[in-house]
Amino acid sequence: MSFPATRLSVVERTRSGDEETRRVALATIIEAYWKPAYKYLRMKWSLTPDQAADLTQEFFTTTLEKEVIEKYEPARARFRTYLRMCLDGFAGNARKAERRLKRGGGVAMVPLDFETAEGEIAHHEPAVDADVDELFYREWVRALLERSVADLEQAAQSSGRPVMFEVFARYDLLDDADTRPTYAEIARALGLTPATVTNHLAAMRRQFRAIVLERLRELTSSEEEWETEAAKLLGPQIKHRLDADDF
Amino acid sequence: MISDRAIERLREAAAWPELDARYAITGVAGRGGMGTVFVARDHVLDRDVAVKVLDVADQKGSRAARLQREAHILARLDHPGIVPVHDAGELPDGRTFYVMKLVKGRRLDDLVSEHASLSDCLNAFGRVLDAVAFAHAHGVVHRDLKPENVMVGGFGEVYVMDWGVAQDSSAEGEAAVVGTPGFMPPEQELPRAPVDARADIFALGALLAHLAGAAAPRALKAIAEKARDPDANRRYQDVAALAADLASFRNQGPVTAHRESIGERAVRLYRRYELPILLLLAYIVMRFALLVFRGI
Repeated sequence: MSFPATRLSVVERTRSGDEETRRVALATIIEAYWKPAYKYLRMKWSLTPDQAADLTQEFFTTTLEKEVIEKYEPARARFRTYLRMCLDGFAGNARKAERRLKRGGGVAMVPLDFETAEGEIAHHEPAVDADVDELFYREWVRALLERSVADLEQAAQSSGRPVMFEVFARYDLLDDADTRPTYAEIARALGLTPATVTNHLAAMRRQFRAIVLERLRELTSSEEEWETEAAKLLGPQIKHRLDADDF
Repeated sequence: MISDRAIERLREAAAWPELDARYAITGVAGRGGMGTVFVARDHVLDRDVAVKVLDVADQKGSRAARLQREAHILARLDHPGIVPVHDAGELPDGRTFYVMKLVKGRRLDDLVSEHASLSDCLNAFGRVLDAVAFAHAHGVVHRDLKPENVMVGGFGEVYVMDWGVAQDSSAEGEAAVVGTPGFMPPEQELPRAPVDARADIFALGALLAHLAGAAAPRALKAIAEKARDPDANRRYQDVAALAADLASFRNQGPVTAHRESIGERAVRLYRRYELPILLLLAYIVMRFALLVFRGI
């Protein structure tokens, strides 16, 4: 397993001389981090929905590129940790200054659907003090996996095999293990054999893992950080899976 | 939004091992120090099985060797109290695995915490003794017997699990200390210490003490104490001797581990021969009453 030298992380691409490359890279970072940041501000900093939305907008549209990414040193911290620390500093300064936050400090490069994010908070398990730092990570993982599931569905559709994603959705995307159907039940419902369900699930999980790791690779700034994050996300065995999958 | 539970499920599923088409992983049964036990469906035989897989491909080979040895030991120990192994091999990513019977039931410590009767606990313990005696007869010492490693099925069947640190005649001493404090004899606390079957006797004594609880009869406590004597030479020297003492205790007989007082002996004999003693007493009382009646 190696971090391809030709493939730059999004952090590196935000420093590119090419405007379009920079724009896409920033959009990727915002897409991955805005929702965790919003929920973090709401739950750790106890901000109102409007305050959190304004601060999130301001952070990602005016502060991210110039004050956060420019000063980032990969050797000192992983980007996720660094960004959360910057967010804490940003929120702390805002509170100290008691400034009135105004929406529209910059132009959002991706639409930020705060209404949906706010609705999601109502479904979260309440965070106790010890969990608050973990909250940011949990939301970051959620954003990463949601995006990866969407990618997987799109890949299955475009390759003309939507039934494979349907099997995956019916078995691995369920909230409640108690209502999870058996392979035989899925096979009957979709007109497949149980062996085909097994094969589809294995293929989807393999592809899902590859998509997650690809996205993770984008969001990390070094091979070491990527390996560490991958192990934290999917377990220590993942390094060997990568070798076996020839990822 | 994907829920927290679905997130955990996705993370797990993405990391699950890929076996061949015969077995489909459906869940996680448990996690241990060096591996994970998955629940899988065996499509060929249409049954659920358990698959133990190393967490990492073992570069040095010691963990892989240990798991392979465990599978071989299980294959050799064909006994109703020892979980049978069905298959073993290596995943495409290099991790070692083996497939075994999926044991459904409760752990012995759960049975105790649910306030099972002493009789039920001793029945289960007796089956553990059978399994361990069988292993010893085949030159295998478990080395990590404890309540968490015993499963009790719905029909009272008992399985001794987790033979990962078992020592057989072909194994070298472990570089690290293996076992569980409280269930591990002093001689096992040293790295590379050679142990014999009496190490398991110690653990069985600790297990018995755990099952019997603080309110256990004195003779039963004495059996447990003798089994877990720090001096291996003062313990029961084999499982058969421990089992014999336990059987004698259950039949209200004398036990070698405990020198009883006259009062204790009287109580024990009374309990053992309660019915004949009561009949004899009733007979004596009747005779006496008859004599008194005739005298009047």
